[in-house]
Amino acid sequence: MIRNFVILLILAGLAVIFISLFGNHDSNSGLSPLAQHYADRGAEEVGAANLVTAVVVTYRGLDTLGEVTILFLVAAIVSFFLKTNGKVKEEEKKRETSEIMLTASKLLLPIVILLGVYIFINGHLTPGGGFQGGAVLATALVLVLMANPEFSLNHHIIATIESISGIVFVAVGVLGLLLAGGFLDNRILPLGTLGELFSAGAIPVIYSFIGLKVGAELSNVLSRFQIIQKEEM
Amino acid sequence: MDIIALITAFALILIGLFGILSNRNIIKIIIGFSVLDTGLHVLIVTLGYIRGGTAPILDDSVGLTQVSQKVVDPLPQALVLTAIVIGLGVTALMLAYALKMYQAKKSLNIDDYKELKG
Amino acid sequence: MNLLLIIILCLVMLVMAITAIAQKKLTVAVIASGMVGLMASVLYLLMAAPDVAMTEAAIGSGLTTVLFFYVLFKIKKTQ
Repeated sequence: MIRNFVILLILAGLAVIFISLFGNHDSNSGLSPLAQHYADRGAEEVGAANLVTAVVVTYRGLDTLGEVTILFLVAAIVSFFLKTNGKVKEEEKKRETSEIMLTASKLLLPIVILLGVYIFINGHLTPGGGFQGGAVLATALVLVLMANPEFSLNHHIIATIESISGIVFVAVGVLGLLLAGGFLDNRILPLGTLGELFSAGAIPVIYSFIGLKVGAELSNVLSRFQIIQKEEM
Repeated sequence: MDIIALITAFALILIGLFGILSNRNIIKIIIGFSVLDTGLHVLIVTLGYIRGGTAPILDDSVGLTQVSQKVVDPLPQALVLTAIVIGLGVTALMLAYALKMYQAKKSLNIDDYKELKG
Repeated sequence: MNLLLIIILCLVMLVMAITAIAQKKLTVAVIASGMVGLMASVLYLLMAAPDVAMTEAAIGSGLTTVLFFYVLFKIKKTQ
């Protein structure tokens, strides 16, 4: 009880700080100069119709590289922690998945994968991009795992996809260093006209490989959490 | 209109912090972290909102001239995009660690783990 | 109209957040935290941020809830 009271006191102090911050904030009436540069000059410098994609891949591409590294670390550490002993529990009599669930999952799976691939290929034209597409691909795997729990992912294929996507992403970045302005510059391919699929230089290529990598990593993490359900622990 | 969203974001941060500090079950602490993350992201996106602005995508209604008068700030949205995915990664790591702790001592109460106490 | 929608969303979000940290049953708490993410996703759409809304809906209210349920199921089976 005394602990709850002390916590509430600390949070009340924090609330006072927040209220003073909130009182000093006046609603923006215009963009800051940096955001004005991104908005006005983004179309001609980068060529992408989606300004958030232009910022994430080109203007702040190093942050994306850092995030891809963090995701790779997370996948590696989760695989290391949840290492299986190989001992399988004795089979308990489980109820079979119903017919409706099996058929519906088989019908929905290609559509969900197609949606994920569409989202990250069109990342520079409509809202979307690599991270959203990767999350939708991981959701497709969850659908398969929920429908038949005996499904086991082939970890070699997932590891190969993830490694190749990472290597290609860094290779495109180094190509930008050699052929154009700097690391992850997208002007190594022609900019094209605004709004077409093959525009914005190397952004579709970069985002597609980021999407594949994120999808593979999230699928790996989810499948590790599913494998330990059957193991002795 | 964004004032209500700002107040909600601050309230979510405080509720998440209270959940982290006062719960004794490890899974509830991780749920508190998740609520705290959501509150932070709402705060950052709301700070970039301009009254009367539209989404930062160049389509027919925005046009190509005078874009900066019509769109909201794209920079906080790009940062929050990264932060959401990293939040998921941190949650996955915390859950894996909680599973290993449970395997070692068969208890989910954080008061039972006293090895590091002075 | 937008103002009314934002007020309702924020109220539901706060109620779900308090449920998530105060409820004793773990399954209800996990679902409540998924609901917070879902309401936040609609709020992002009203704040003119469609990219962030898509990401939060897929990750915050989909994958996080699934992860929590895997862990809860494993713990319940071992008990």
